Amino acid sequence: MCATCGCGEDATPRVYALDVPGAQAHGHSHEDGHGHTHDGHTHDGHEHTHDDHSHEHTPSDPHGDGHSHAPELISMEQNLLAKNDLLAERNRGWLAGRKVRALNMMSSPGAGKTTLLVRTLTELGDRLRAGVIEGDQETSLDADRIRAAGRPAVQINTGAGCHLDADMLRRGLDALDPPMDSTVFIENVGNLVCPALFDLGEAAKVVVVSVTEGDDKPQKYPHMFIAADLVIINKSDLLPYVDFDVDECLHRIRHLNAHAQFLVLSATTGDGLAAWFDWLDGRTSPTETRTGSLTGSLEESLTDAH
Amino acid sequence: MHELSIVQSLIDAVLDRTGGRAVTGVNLRIGPLSGVLPDALRFCFDVASAGTTLAGARLRIDEPQGRGLCRTCGNDFALTDMFLLCPCGSADVEVVTGRELKLVSVEVA
Ligand SMILES: Nc1nc2c(ncn2[C@@H]2O[C@H](COP(=O)(O)OP(=O)(O)OP(=O)(O)O)[C@@H](O)[C@H]2O)c(=O)[nH]1
Ligand SMILES: [Mg+2]
Ligand SMILES: [Zn+2]
Repeated sequence: MCATCGCGEDATPRVYALDVPGAQAHGHSHEDGHGHTHDGHTHDGHEHTHDDHSHEHTPSDPHGDGHSHAPELISMEQNLLAKNDLLAERNRGWLAGRKVRALNMMSSPGAGKTTLLVRTLTELGDRLRAGVIEGDQETSLDADRIRAAGRPAVQINTGAGCHLDADMLRRGLDALDPPMDSTVFIENVGNLVCPALFDLGEAAKVVVVSVTEGDDKPQKYPHMFIAADLVIINKSDLLPYVDFDVDECLHRIRHLNAHAQFLVLSATTGDGLAAWFDWLDGRTSPTETRTGSLTGSLEESLTDAH
Repeated sequence: MHELSIVQSLIDAVLDRTGGRAVTGVNLRIGPLSGVLPDALRFCFDVASAGTTLAGARLRIDEPQGRGLCRTCGNDFALTDMFLLCPCGSADVEVVTGRELKLVSVEVA
């Protein structure tokens, strides 16, 4: 089922607060997600319209057996992600009440999210008073790296799930218990597909793409780049060795998303980090514009890129 | 794959509304720009609905066309992918339709 590990998402996510070394050690079992057949659905072409059914009963049928009812069409008219969106709005309210800014960090596996966070916390940790909620399918390795940098971290293991959802974030926030006026970084599961659709209640979505992944990522994973408020191109120190055209990549992103801001940096050498710290401080430098003008904003961000 | 968790919340929403009544049909509207693949959804629905009152329900997915409106030249045109580019060259395009991800109605026996 899942593109990453091939199993279902029914394993319950597990949340581990800090100071629980090795708490993630038990594995999750895959027994439920497999063995289904693919021939179960029929695509029969007959389609009757129900548009003139205007009567609507409330279906709170107390005896629940259904047999005594005539067939009925019940209008629902709701977003399929309505439940997650509602929980995300609750998170947003909770975060606003504490004046906590939550940033949802997303990328492919290995683009450098944890490296960037560790570096950021080491340099700004006390100023931002930041904590981290780490989402991974398994292990608490990333949370351990954050704790080694001296900041609180909560690990959420999604098991078979390939993204964090609003309910998992709520549980992570309960465990992290961030102080007033602080920042919470949410490191989402490394995946450019699924996390794009799930609002967590965050203040901004930050997408990290590394130069070793190829500059065609925006075309391959458009939804992620559409959702982004900030796109970070990481591992700029490797640009001399790889065939990655920053200009081309930024153009592709701009075609999907007229408002995203761009930063090019190296989390390991520290090159370009100052602009990221400025962004975190809420200073929008003249190189990052929110206007939709393709050429203007690109030229400006490209000047910044090199 | 996110389709499975979407199907799970779809099933929860239908169960909330229909109580114990047998569900014979589920009508969705999924736009081409929604990020959700109708075929993946159908597959997940068959798996996830097994053992519930939705088992065997007919899943009907209305797939509207995507349409964009160019803010530069006012052109109204078909959008087939997420690359919001007007034939005039402008990327300043508003998505008018195509992002739908809706549970429209359910049929109960
Ligand atoms: N050369 C170079 N390597 C980097 C940079 N940033 C991260 N890396 C390396 O890339 C690898 C993956 O980095 P992580 O920070 O673990 O990536 P991640 O996005 O957290 O990965 P997941 O959590 O598994 O999705 C590590 O070996 C890092 O040292 C960079 O700016 N330059
Ligand atoms: Mg990581
Ligand atoms: Zn136009």
